[in-house]
Amino acid sequence: MSSNETATHGIDIESLTRPRAQRRLSDEEASMEVKDLNLFYGQKQALHGINMLIPKQRVTAFIGPSGCGKSTLLRCLNRMNDLVDGTRIDGQVLLDGHDIYDKSVNVADLRRRVGMVFQKPNPFPKSIYENVAYGLRLQGVRDRHRIDQVVEKALKGAALWDEVKDRLQESALGLSGGQQQRLVIARAIAIEPEVLLLDEPASALDPISTLKIEELISELKDKYTIVIVTHNMQQAARVSDYTAFMYLGKLIEYDDTNRLFTNPREKQTEDYITGRYG
Amino acid sequence: MIRHWFQSGKPWIWFTASAVSISLVLVFGLLVLIAVRGLGHFWPHQIYEFTYTDRTGATPVLIGEIHDEETVPAARLRDAGIAVEGEGLITRYLLKVGNRDVFGQDFRWVLEPKIADRRTPEEVVALERREWGNFYGFLQNVKQGDSVVAAGPEAWSALQPLLARATDLFAQIHHVEKSEIGSINYGLERLRLKQRRLELASVTDPAAYAELDRQRKALEEEYQALQGRLAELYGQINRDSMTLRVADGREITIPLAKVVRAYRPNAMTLLGKIGFYFSKVWEFLSDEPREANTEGGVFPAIFGTVSMVLIMSIMVVPFGVVAAVYLREYARQGPLTRLIRIAVNNLAGVPSIVYGVFGLGFFVYFLGGNIDQLFFPEALPAPTFGTPGLMWASLTLALLTLPVVIVATEEGLSRIPKAIREGSLALGATKAETLWRTVLPMASPAIMTGLILAIARAAGEVAPLMLVGVVKLAPTLPIDGDYPFVHLDRKFMHLGFHIYDVGFQSPNVEAARPLVYATALLLVVVIVVLNLAAIVIRNRLREKYRALEG
Repeated sequence: MSSNETATHGIDIESLTRPRAQRRLSDEEASMEVKDLNLFYGQKQALHGINMLIPKQRVTAFIGPSGCGKSTLLRCLNRMNDLVDGTRIDGQVLLDGHDIYDKSVNVADLRRRVGMVFQKPNPFPKSIYENVAYGLRLQGVRDRHRIDQVVEKALKGAALWDEVKDRLQESALGLSGGQQQRLVIARAIAIEPEVLLLDEPASALDPISTLKIEELISELKDKYTIVIVTHNMQQAARVSDYTAFMYLGKLIEYDDTNRLFTNPREKQTEDYITGRYG
Repeated sequence: MIRHWFQSGKPWIWFTASAVSISLVLVFGLLVLIAVRGLGHFWPHQIYEFTYTDRTGATPVLIGEIHDEETVPAARLRDAGIAVEGEGLITRYLLKVGNRDVFGQDFRWVLEPKIADRRTPEEVVALERREWGNFYGFLQNVKQGDSVVAAGPEAWSALQPLLARATDLFAQIHHVEKSEIGSINYGLERLRLKQRRLELASVTDPAAYAELDRQRKALEEEYQALQGRLAELYGQINRDSMTLRVADGREITIPLAKVVRAYRPNAMTLLGKIGFYFSKVWEFLSDEPREANTEGGVFPAIFGTVSMVLIMSIMVVPFGVVAAVYLREYARQGPLTRLIRIAVNNLAGVPSIVYGVFGLGFFVYFLGGNIDQLFFPEALPAPTFGTPGLMWASLTLALLTLPVVIVATEEGLSRIPKAIREGSLALGATKAETLWRTVLPMASPAIMTGLILAIARAAGEVAPLMLVGVVKLAPTLPIDGDYPFVHLDRKFMHLGFHIYDVGFQSPNVEAARPLVYATALLLVVVIVVLNLAAIVIRNRLREKYRALEG
């Protein structure tokens, strides 16, 4: 955050004072758990001994300055880092108690359970319909009627149905950036993952589209466990239940969002959210 | 001043622009030259009748078309022993006098000042014959059998129905000889091979042989019937003849069976000439060559060129794409991969004749020889695939163009955004599924670009083909009505080789030269059409998989 903003250091007080259920991390049921996770890119260590619990059907936000490893950590949760040559990992990431880095795990199956949406909208150069149906077709679903239903449900779930229902067969590339991003979310939720990872989903969008995505996140958390990486602290404050602050590859502080923003325990966290660096 | 001009950068613009202009002029000049020379050939030229004084002082009459003209200094002619008066330049014409069987030569140089009289008589007739080239003369009479049907001025109109009948009969004979008897011969050959196969397999069951004998008998009976019919057709076609007076006054009798077309160019209207022109062009495109390729059409060569390019495309694209996918998507990017990539690029620079030699040694002798041993032992020692043919030619060219396809595909694969791949993987697709469903379709325009380059290179290639399958004259097309319909083992004709053959290997180079230009133009057109087809497909794909913007 730039430091030339108001005395509240860029944090929307209203969003923090809005009433929330009083929560404690230790009471939550875990969807995923990260245990002693270290990650190396070649010789360089990018993540240092991360331990955290991702609570079920909550929104967890990762914040921190650029290069702090928050995206890297997110990509560990569905093994997207496997695609980068020279990545080495030790430690464990558990999904429902099973280590996803175990040799017996089928990575494609894992990614079906842990979906992901990227920073820039990346629809396939196919029709809107085919984009949403992509995951189903991968699973070998042929039943036209069933695919129709799922596509409609997913598009409704992503709050896009009303805008595109008359042009499902048109190219997805004709949609606006915000619509494309919601399409990508629809594509991800069409295969009903347990966890949805959002990597700065609104950073390439205009404010109105951003608002829509944020509203969508609030709706989706009833069904999915959501992990969101964001650069925007206001956004983290608005949409998340829990927030993790990372710095230089370490998890500095992880707590209830209200508590973390209003009463950070660590000096580094306080410096960051008050805009002293980042 | 000049320095200022140089500093303004303008000379650079002029310099670069002139380079482009020169290239354009060269390309267009080339096309125009080929087009004019080639297309002009089919136009019915005026036939002149000259009264000429030759070097012995005699004054023969010459009839012919002016084929070429040039100006030479009088002094040079005198050096050559020709008595000409005056100084300066003298025009001389290359007169196509035809009648090779009568005069012994097709062409004759005539000096412009020695022409005493020049006429273009309307009644002079040009004949295009099935052998011995063109014939020029004055029609005297037309005979049916031994009796004269018409003589003098009526002979021309009386000739037309008789000539139409003769050409129709000729077409029938051609069909019987080529298609029907050809089919029977092919069937008999297959039966012979079947029997041989039975013998090789030591089958002793007499029933099997009896069945073959029965089929053979049937074919032979058919053959006898056709022979009878053929004899009858020959009898009919040889009935009519005509008598013409040639330039020196002799009268020559020509059977109508030997005539392809008769026309009187000096009497033709413009419309008539245009009609004649298009019928000649159509003959060129759709007919088989005659007279050692110097007359007639080039259809088998067009067919051979196109089918070879198509078969090559079918072979090179899957192979090249698969190789590129491995190199780009699966192989670990390291020094070895880099080395392989450099090697592939360098393969594109290997002279094509080297591929021809490789194709002959590996495909024809080794692969083909082994295929013959394994699958066609009954035909040995006559080779089936162990001899140059369409299959090996296509395969050799596929090998030749493989690097182009690999490089273009790799380029296309590397341009697919990482985000698209990750998007697919994040939905639970495996790498193979991502490739198959998303990456390859998106790379298809690049693959088509590779194919376009491959076609451009392959369609014009001649040297390697001479080693692996092209012939001067192929009696049958590689695709016809005889089972199994596609005969990849057959030799074929090719436009590029046809140009070489007609231009340099034909008995009458001067007469065939316009055909060289026409064939060259046709080759260019065929390549352009093949390329345009591929470009249209590519543009469609491009539109469909337009890269993600923003």
